[in-house]
Amino acid sequence: MIELRNVEKRFGELVVLGGVNFAVEDGTTVALLGPSGTGKSVLLKHIIGLIRPDAGQVLVDGQDVAKLDRKALTALRTSIGYVFQNGALFDSMDVFENVRLGITDESKYLDRDFSRERVEACIKLVNLDPKVVLTKKPAELSGGMRKRVGIARAIVGQPRYVLYDEPTSGLDPVNADIIDSLVERLSEELGVTSIMVTHDVRGAFRVADKLALLANGRIVLEGTPEEFLASDEPRVREFLERDFDNDTARLRAKL
Amino acid sequence: MNPLALLGRSVTSAFAHVGRLGLLVVELVRGLREVRIWFPRTLIEAYNIGVGSLFIILLVSSFAGGVTALQTGYQFKGNLPYSVVGTLVVESIVLELGPVLTGLILAGRIGARYAAELGTMRVTEQIDALESLGRNPASHLIIPRVVAGLVMIPILTVVADVTGVVAGWWASKTAIPALTNTDFIIGAQTYYRAFDGWYSIIKAFFFAGAITLIPCYMGFRAGQGAEGVGKATTGAVVSSSVMILLLDVLLAKLLLK
Repeated sequence: MIELRNVEKRFGELVVLGGVNFAVEDGTTVALLGPSGTGKSVLLKHIIGLIRPDAGQVLVDGQDVAKLDRKALTALRTSIGYVFQNGALFDSMDVFENVRLGITDESKYLDRDFSRERVEACIKLVNLDPKVVLTKKPAELSGGMRKRVGIARAIVGQPRYVLYDEPTSGLDPVNADIIDSLVERLSEELGVTSIMVTHDVRGAFRVADKLALLANGRIVLEGTPEEFLASDEPRVREFLERDFDNDTARLRAKL
Repeated sequence: MNPLALLGRSVTSAFAHVGRLGLLVVELVRGLREVRIWFPRTLIEAYNIGVGSLFIILLVSSFAGGVTALQTGYQFKGNLPYSVVGTLVVESIVLELGPVLTGLILAGRIGARYAAELGTMRVTEQIDALESLGRNPASHLIIPRVVAGLVMIPILTVVADVTGVVAGWWASKTAIPALTNTDFIIGAQTYYRAFDGWYSIIKAFFFAGAITLIPCYMGFRAGQGAEGVGKATTGAVVSSSVMILLLDVLLAKLLLK
């Protein structure tokens, strides 16, 4: 289970997180919504210890991430897969080496046959052809392919949690749908707990069991898609209606 | 702003940089255990530094040696024995021009590259990605660059010393037709101490630390976007060049007695 308790973070004078409380149950997929620049990615980076909170606690499986020593933090990170917004693939390595780096068990990483088999399986899982992409450098891939390779790298180490940082941003609707299906399928097939940071409301409603809206440094609402649609909270309404073109009534009926 | 406050802020900032650079060095030492990670990458970096910089080092050191010889010949014409040319060329090149010119050129060539590479990796979240995979960025990214520099820059300095002396020898014979090889060799040997060669290598080793560590640190801490990478790159070249000059004075004071 992942839990944030009164997490505060400021950069200089700018308060990004002003006391965030947020919990994700095991086996669920939660979409963290919010306008650009509200600190969604900052929140996600707290979970993996890339950013430390100024105040409050970030608990993963009951462990306070900010208080972990180097060894324990490394162990924790091996149980979490992180999908970066633009893939964050290593330019100097081909796709095979990029994905292989995600195998965090050293003996398995060094076992060439095992790692090849595992990397190929993950590349297939994200709907890419290993024969075509494995020898390519990230610069030779399209944006959608890079994101999928980033997902393959995040899941190749068989994590228990996967954190997606805007996996569909900058993609055309077709590619965004492919990624959303992938997130949905991976959650079902691998049984991982997922948090997806996004401002794509449609994708969030499709993929997530629960939604949370972050605005002004706080979680405004956390609940099921139905609870979101039923909410009268003005910031929730504003966010939903903007994305659904005032068509929430139809969606509500559909649900 | 109050000048005193500005000064205070600059001093605090300088100490903060020194502290963070110290922490980076601690990370490097910790990462040295992961030989399997950093050693193969070190070979690639060493090849890039050595082969990639050889031409410019040969070019600059031969010009430096040649010009030193020509100016020595011009300044001491008719006043001193010809052998003085040999003394001045060898001592100037080995003690000062070889290591310092090599250091300054490599601060531009390698320092800029390291800061830009690591800065780009920082802004495109590649360094965060490494950390998120439970991997140590120091052993993957910094140790190979620093170790390769510490090995290759002294070697390049020796190459620069030899090239500068040979070029100076050739140029002095061209400038002063009466100068014989024996004059040059006697002059070179008269004041040359075995330590002079070691001094050149020791200087190059310290310069290598400045040329690799400072740009890696700057790149690692690059701000957002292209502007952040640009600032890190120029900052790295300026800082490592200034550090080379400071180390030059400090080492002369400490080691030449």
